Amino acid sequence: MSHIWIMIAKRLGLGVVTLFVVSLIIFLGTELLPGDFAQEILGQAATPETVAALRERLGLNDPMHIRYINWLTDIARGELGVSLANGQSVSDLIGRRLGNTLLLALYAAAIAVPLSLMLGILAALFRNSFFDRFANASALTSISFPEFFVAYILIFFLAGAGGVFPSISNFRTDPSFDEFLYRAFLPALTLTLVVTAHMMRMTRAAIINLLASPYIEMARLKGMSPMRIIVKHALPNALAPIINVIALNLAYLITGVVVVEVVFVYPGLGQLMVDSVAARDMPVVQGVALVFAAAYVLLNLTADVLATLSNPRLVHRR
Amino acid sequence: MTETNKDVLLSMKGLRIEGRADEEWTEIVKGIDLTLHKGEVLGLIGESGAGKSTIGLAAMGFARDGCRITGGEITFDGIDLRAASERERRGLRGKRIAYVAQSAAASFNPAHKLIDQYAEAPVRHHVMSRSEAEHDAVDLYRRMQLPNPEEIGFRYPHQVSGGQLQRAMTAMAMSCRPDLIIFDEPTTALDVTTQIEVLAAIRDIVEQFDTAAIYITHDLAVVAQMADRIKVLLRGEEVEEADTRIMLDAPTQDYTKSLWAVRSFTRPTQPPVEKGVTPVVSVRNVTAAYGVIDVLTNISFDIHARRTVAVVGESGSGKSTTARVITGLLPPRRGEILFNGEALPPDYRRRTREQLRQAQMIYQMADTALNPKLRIRDLIGRPAQMYLGLQGKALEDRIKDLLSLIELEPGEYIDRVPSELSGGQKQRIGIARALAAEPQFIICDEVTSALDQLVAEGILKLLDRLQGEFDLAYMFITHDLATVRAIADEVVVMKEGLVIEAGPKLEVFQPPHDPYTELLLSSVPEMDPDWLTHLLEERDAGRAGADVEPAGH
Repeated sequence: MSHIWIMIAKRLGLGVVTLFVVSLIIFLGTELLPGDFAQEILGQAATPETVAALRERLGLNDPMHIRYINWLTDIARGELGVSLANGQSVSDLIGRRLGNTLLLALYAAAIAVPLSLMLGILAALFRNSFFDRFANASALTSISFPEFFVAYILIFFLAGAGGVFPSISNFRTDPSFDEFLYRAFLPALTLTLVVTAHMMRMTRAAIINLLASPYIEMARLKGMSPMRIIVKHALPNALAPIINVIALNLAYLITGVVVVEVVFVYPGLGQLMVDSVAARDMPVVQGVALVFAAAYVLLNLTADVLATLSNPRLVHRR
Repeated sequence: MTETNKDVLLSMKGLRIEGRADEEWTEIVKGIDLTLHKGEVLGLIGESGAGKSTIGLAAMGFARDGCRITGGEITFDGIDLRAASERERRGLRGKRIAYVAQSAAASFNPAHKLIDQYAEAPVRHHVMSRSEAEHDAVDLYRRMQLPNPEEIGFRYPHQVSGGQLQRAMTAMAMSCRPDLIIFDEPTTALDVTTQIEVLAAIRDIVEQFDTAAIYITHDLAVVAQMADRIKVLLRGEEVEEADTRIMLDAPTQDYTKSLWAVRSFTRPTQPPVEKGVTPVVSVRNVTAAYGVIDVLTNISFDIHARRTVAVVGESGSGKSTTARVITGLLPPRRGEILFNGEALPPDYRRRTREQLRQAQMIYQMADTALNPKLRIRDLIGRPAQMYLGLQGKALEDRIKDLLSLIELEPGEYIDRVPSELSGGQKQRIGIARALAAEPQFIICDEVTSALDQLVAEGILKLLDRLQGEFDLAYMFITHDLATVRAIADEVVVMKEGLVIEAGPKLEVFQPPHDPYTELLLSSVPEMDPDWLTHLLEERDAGRAGADVEPAGH
């Protein structure tokens, strides 16, 4: 097992390097954004003198590499800086929103992952049947529409006249768990519809891909039932690609939900990012982008480790 | 019902099976009758495409995807397998009829431990509880003479060697004590020395439990050891059937006789090379490694023009690695390769085009060695173009010459792609591609092991003829000693990266042998049905008296 720990340590190290490169790209990217925070915040009161004074005070006049290094040292200390707009700590701002985003992602994943695995397995079992085609077609339909469209359709049917669920999932104070499940149901359902197709189709394809293997024929010749052959004999060998697709979709649930958050007025990271870009509040934008990148790196690392653990040839050496 | 009918376990009448190819159903089993009695072993033999495996699977009421049983009766112990529901058939499979596949490495599920796969059938078919099955497994593993029978079940398939896996699979097939086992080429993928152990273990256990078996193979000598009766098949039809001894002594059909005669091909041995002649290729004190582990240690041998040197040994003995060193794919750690007396750069990237042209290779799997997208014209034309600079008309003529040389009609084959050729024809294209460069030296890496015996014989004859016409030097890598007997002038026996013995064929094959050579030679199955029994007795006696009379030199 020790080689697994070595692999995890190596991958974590690589992840840090990746994040470093990403931080550089984020910083350069935000530098390229047009507009100026001082100009933006002063609005009507922006005279050349006030703008210059504000820039001076916020340290915006320092050369680029100095500001980058300052930012990096802050990150190393666990600080993401201070919001230009309201002087709050960026870590605190992100912390609050990140919790909400993770909750919603978890909510959606808790529905989507079991659902798509189950559908994928059933589609593989009843391949080329009506069920298979129906599941495929509906999954494809749901990802072919833009997210906001799916969201509005759901609102129309489930929240509109006579609907059961709220169309706005904005909650100000900490809601109870039931309250949260109820309020965040529609965004979670929207996200489920968006990510299910990908995972389901990969599960189906990964399983069907193995059905011509000699060990599957062996299982059939041992008189095993079709369901057992799929679940017990094909699935364990199909886990690696499935895990990777799940990880990619989980990352998407964390980083790609801006549109859904906006539609349902859900107080998540995506909204924070959009608002901050509009306000040219660079420390917040950079902080959120870095958190997104970290989510990708961590999820991919987890996927690689799990995929490795799912393969006895890599876990149990000769 | 008469007494004999009661003993019938399996009967097939007029069995017809169709296979789907290119959107069309074609008949691959054409009306086969088969009767198997309780406790009897029936050998099914024939070349590839004879329908052996398909018939074996049909005995389980099973047809592979893309195949369908279209006619005839299959009755197993009074149950009509064609009329039975899929659920009923599933109830028989694994429980009363079991299957042992050709490649145990591929047929064990890599995700589960051996014991889990062993216990699956007995537990699922409600024959035993899981703990009973685990207990039983140890017993059967012991009977199959697997090392560490208590622990081996808790390993994953990749942690167990090929020969052991094949025995573990036979044990698994025995788990429900079936009435019938289908053995589908169970030893084809094994080395001769390992094959013996597996054959002996299979024969023992089938006798112990009085299990009936259908033993499918293309190897006559193997089937002679295993079967009570032999049925010969050709393209889905029966050629003849008889008791083993009668079949071996007096086959009535021409096709059977031709199968029996295949091993008779031998070419005249060339006279020994005179002293002082420079060999075409000389391997000098080569030591080579993958990573830090030496896989070849101090290998030396010469190959002369118009001579064939056979390099033999089990898998992992370093035969193919030697070829990689000669061709420069694996630069050696020490030692050198001389070509006509001059040292070649160790790395192929530093060899000149002329040096590369002189040494060509023919591979075992013509299927994977030929680019499936290219036409024969390009497959053969490219080396001629690259090494000899032929263009246009000259190139076209050369390709046609080469096709005639390998006995394929140029007009018919020049524009085909590999998938439109048979296995033997593909191998011929591989030979033509090697010849196109006009080399002095060709490495043949197990070129006949994937082919049926009749086809293989044709390839060997062709190679022999070409050697005479172009003064070629061959290095022939093989684990098949019958091939060595047929075509080699000199033999190099390798084991674990060392040359155990080397010299003219007659010397190496003449006693006294080195103990390892002796083991290799004695392990090659012979057509005598008592061969295995005698060999095992001899080896037992040898083991008992090993201290008294050391084998070999």
